[in-house]
Amino acid sequence: MNRRLRLALGGVGAVLVGVALWEGYKAVGDPDGTVLFGARVLPRTDDAAMPHVWTVLSRFGDPELAGGDPIWLVVLQACLFTLRSVAIGFVAGALVGLLLAVLMQRLRVVERGLLPYVILSQTVPLIALAPVIAGWGGRLAIGPYPWQPWMSVTVIALYLAFFPVAVGMLRGLQSPAPIAEELMRSYAAGWWRTLVKLRLPASTPYLFPALRLAAAAAVVGAVVGEISTGTRGGVGRLVIEYSREATTDPAKVFTAMVGAAALGLAVAAIVGLGEFLVGRRRVRA
Amino acid sequence: MTSVVLEGVSKVFNAGRADEVTALTGVDLTVARGEFVSLIGPSGCGKSTLLRLVGDLIQPTSGAITVAGKSARTARVDQEYGIAFQQAGLFDWRTVQRNVELPLELRGSPRQERHDRAREMLDLVGLAEFAGHYPAQLSGGMQQRVAIARALAVHPPLLLMDEPFGALDEMTRERLQDELLRICASTGTSTIFVTHSIPEAVYLSDRVVVMSARPGRITEVVPVDLGPRTEATRQSPGFFAGITKVRKALRGDPVPAAEPLVAP
Repeated sequence: MNRRLRLALGGVGAVLVGVALWEGYKAVGDPDGTVLFGARVLPRTDDAAMPHVWTVLSRFGDPELAGGDPIWLVVLQACLFTLRSVAIGFVAGALVGLLLAVLMQRLRVVERGLLPYVILSQTVPLIALAPVIAGWGGRLAIGPYPWQPWMSVTVIALYLAFFPVAVGMLRGLQSPAPIAEELMRSYAAGWWRTLVKLRLPASTPYLFPALRLAAAAAVVGAVVGEISTGTRGGVGRLVIEYSREATTDPAKVFTAMVGAAALGLAVAAIVGLGEFLVGRRRVRA
Repeated sequence: MTSVVLEGVSKVFNAGRADEVTALTGVDLTVARGEFVSLIGPSGCGKSTLLRLVGDLIQPTSGAITVAGKSARTARVDQEYGIAFQQAGLFDWRTVQRNVELPLELRGSPRQERHDRAREMLDLVGLAEFAGHYPAQLSGGMQQRVAIARALAVHPPLLLMDEPFGALDEMTRERLQDELLRICASTGTSTIFVTHSIPEAVYLSDRVVVMSARPGRITEVVPVDLGPRTEATRQSPGFFAGITKVRKALRGDPVPAAEPLVAP
């Protein structure tokens, strides 16, 4: 109980510190920003560049357009739309990563052949990749269902999410000591049973940090994917749309950014909950 | 009745390459049912290799290995032996109870039998009240006892031990030696025990197999007859005589037929 209370206080404290830093800099900073030798090293602090926190918060309550839905509802709906891509991309990415890790652990030759490509895959700029994926998708159909734009976004989320899981789980699956493997061999346990009884449980300390990275990557992938493929309906699209109104309604774009951040936190919290549930059964030394 | 028979066994690692190592050559050894045999020798003499060959964890380059009347491979698949290493090697995500159940689980024993058998083994090593603990909550000596319980869980006729007490302090070590002898006597288990310690080898064994390195081979087999071990055994002249014999064999001195009883 005490620990939970401290955790909650820490969370609230972190938000307060963030708000204080924002408002503090806005209060003391130069409205035109600080320029050193022709380069701006500190941002502008006028209301167009850095609206007050309360302005952003109150903007959530106002309608998006005159007479439309309040903006909190629009952002929430956009976040839920994006969440679908994030969730499917994350789960599928984690499964693909797990499968690759198991394959690489099983066959050294696969590890040697595949691992460089796995690493290479992450060096391709997402902005370049997104239109390609969207283009391929446009020519696909799943049975009678035509390819939807959000599916391209999901694929991009998957593409970013599989990587930390593949690399982390490979480490985890290779983590058991040689004597643990000899022990399993002495029990005449085959590859599959060694995987289930030894390698997978031994890799959970590697799995959850990898999943947390994958969750964050899936959110980034989905938001950036929406922006670069121009997919309508998600929070990434809102960021783009609202930023066009930045001069007349500067608080608006910040509502979309807060929404995207909240989406990331929500996904991280879900992974954290999973870790908590699994961790309860583990060592309580 | 024999438990283990090795005939002309040799093992070459990295055969045909520049880093070729002859780990063992021309090993003949027979272990009778219920017998306790120690392997002792300098580092690199192949005693751990010999143990792994018996356990079919590695295959011999030449020679034949029979365990419980079957080939080493069949014996492993039938779980005819239990094995324990210098590190306890417990699975830290499993409770003590579930660690001991592991070999039974892999054998497909029903839940109730697994549970009862693990309880029985934990009783045997005196850790029944720690069944629900996790390995990280136990001392090194207790972890090693859990590892022994796990090795004994399937009631194997043969126990293979690779320096199981090597990392323990002297007091724990002597207590576990007595415990091991009691367990082996009560279950009739044959044991092959790898150790670096001469007193340990002499105290535990019916026969001490002395090995030498480069290439690894058996140089001498020293029989020990100390009768039932008691408190007094570790101070008895016979114990010291055995130690002297093994030490001489390790140095490569010829052992005279009638060894005088001298304390070192």
